[in-house]
Amino acid sequence: MDLTLKVWRQKNKEDKGGIETYPIKGISEHASFLEMLDVLNEQLISEGKEPVAFDHDCREGICGTCSLYINGEAHGPDRKVTTCQLHMRMFKDGETVYIEPWRSKSMPVIKDLIVDRTAFERIQQAGGFISVNTSGNTQDANALPIAKPMADKAMDAATCIGCGACVATCKNSSAMLFVAAKVSQYSYLPQGQIERKERVLNMVEQMDKEGFGNCTNTGACEVECPKGISLEFIARMNKEYLGASIVSE
Amino acid sequence: MSKGFSKSSVGRKVLMALSGFFLISFLLLHFVINFLSVFDADLFNVASHFMGTNWIIQFIMQPVLLFGVLFHLIMGIYLELKNRAARPIKYAMNKPSENASWISRNMVITGVMVLLFLGLHFYDFWVPEIVDKFVDGIWDQPTKYFTHLVHKFEDPVRVGIYCLSFVFLGLHLLHGFQSAFQSAGFNHNKYTPLIKKLGNLFAIVISLGFIFIAVFHHFNSH
Ligand code: SF4
Ligand code: FES
Repeated sequence: MDLTLKVWRQKNKEDKGGIETYPIKGISEHASFLEMLDVLNEQLISEGKEPVAFDHDCREGICGTCSLYINGEAHGPDRKVTTCQLHMRMFKDGETVYIEPWRSKSMPVIKDLIVDRTAFERIQQAGGFISVNTSGNTQDANALPIAKPMADKAMDAATCIGCGACVATCKNSSAMLFVAAKVSQYSYLPQGQIERKERVLNMVEQMDKEGFGNCTNTGACEVECPKGISLEFIARMNKEYLGASIVSE
Repeated sequence: MSKGFSKSSVGRKVLMALSGFFLISFLLLHFVINFLSVFDADLFNVASHFMGTNWIIQFIMQPVLLFGVLFHLIMGIYLELKNRAARPIKYAMNKPSENASWISRNMVITGVMVLLFLGLHFYDFWVPEIVDKFVDGIWDQPTKYFTHLVHKFEDPVRVGIYCLSFVFLGLHLLHGFQSAFQSAGFNHNKYTPLIKKLGNLFAIVISLGFIFIAVFHHFNSH
């Protein structure tokens, strides 16, 4: 299939950047979106031009590195897939395809389609962990019985891969789906109880410091999230936060 | 309560929800009393007179209500401005309707339309009432309410503006009702679908109900 690509090009953080148009021919409909970009880059290199920089790593939907805003949607028109899992058969022959980076003040573009997602890391560092002694005397995991429904919920939340599609797609650039997933995953488990209150308070505080917008429950994040993280977790985070705020000094 | 609560994104969201709940309950009361006017003028007068002269309602509930309206409004607009600033560079190609409804994305528009309507509505009903009581000092007019109401709905333009505003109110409620539960931290497999249905019903009944009342009095006064 032949396509017209409209790709965001930007030299570095300071550069203003702009959309460039590239025609591309003979793409297989079985190719993945990133393979199509590989072909484009080969083409650009052979023309002596700078290839398009984009983030990718596992290319199998588990690492959360790939992050493209394709034709007006985070991770493109397919549902519950990351950009690397998106196939060219989702597009029509002759179509014009816009490829842009995530847009958020808190995730600025570094180069072309790559954005700086360290804000997510700082939020994680503020409380997205449990403190355990790893000196070698750690307890066997199976010694702690956990009810199946609780374990399932924790797993559902833990499937978040931190890709940032929720922020990219939210009209408010809110990071609440991501933070909610990271707060919720431990809240269901016994290991998460000790730091439960500080966790939600600190993570929300860091999220706000990073300058993400405020959630207005449009639900767009849940639709575009490649892992189908549910809005239910945002409600849970709100409740956790409310509870922690009431009891904290 | 922790100090940062009302300054945090989640805290503000909860406060928007709580003020929303309060306004929803007020709307319901307002609607029920107004609906009385359709079938019993005397009953409507009795209820309105009670609301207008009971000191708890006048001196406690009324200021609380005004505060609730102002809070919801100012916070809503403030958050909208902050949210816009959170994405300084827009997408060249964006398809927001693929993943969220127009109503949920445009609460500020429907909200501001309701606000503009409130200006007219206060001018029509609230200001004369306040002038009567606090400027002229006349508190005891138990039968004025129905006449005043019918008189206001003689003008077809005004009725039109009221009806249009109720449509905006309904749209605001369609998202706002269920959204308030979510913001307050309530999301439940079993009850959330029910809350969504109830919210839709509430929005439709309130907006069509108010429209009906306005239109009814317009045609009945002729
Ligand atoms: S919640 Fe979904 S969209 Fe957001 S970062 Fe996690 S996986 Fe990506
Ligand atoms: S490259 Fe790892 S999820 Fe796409």
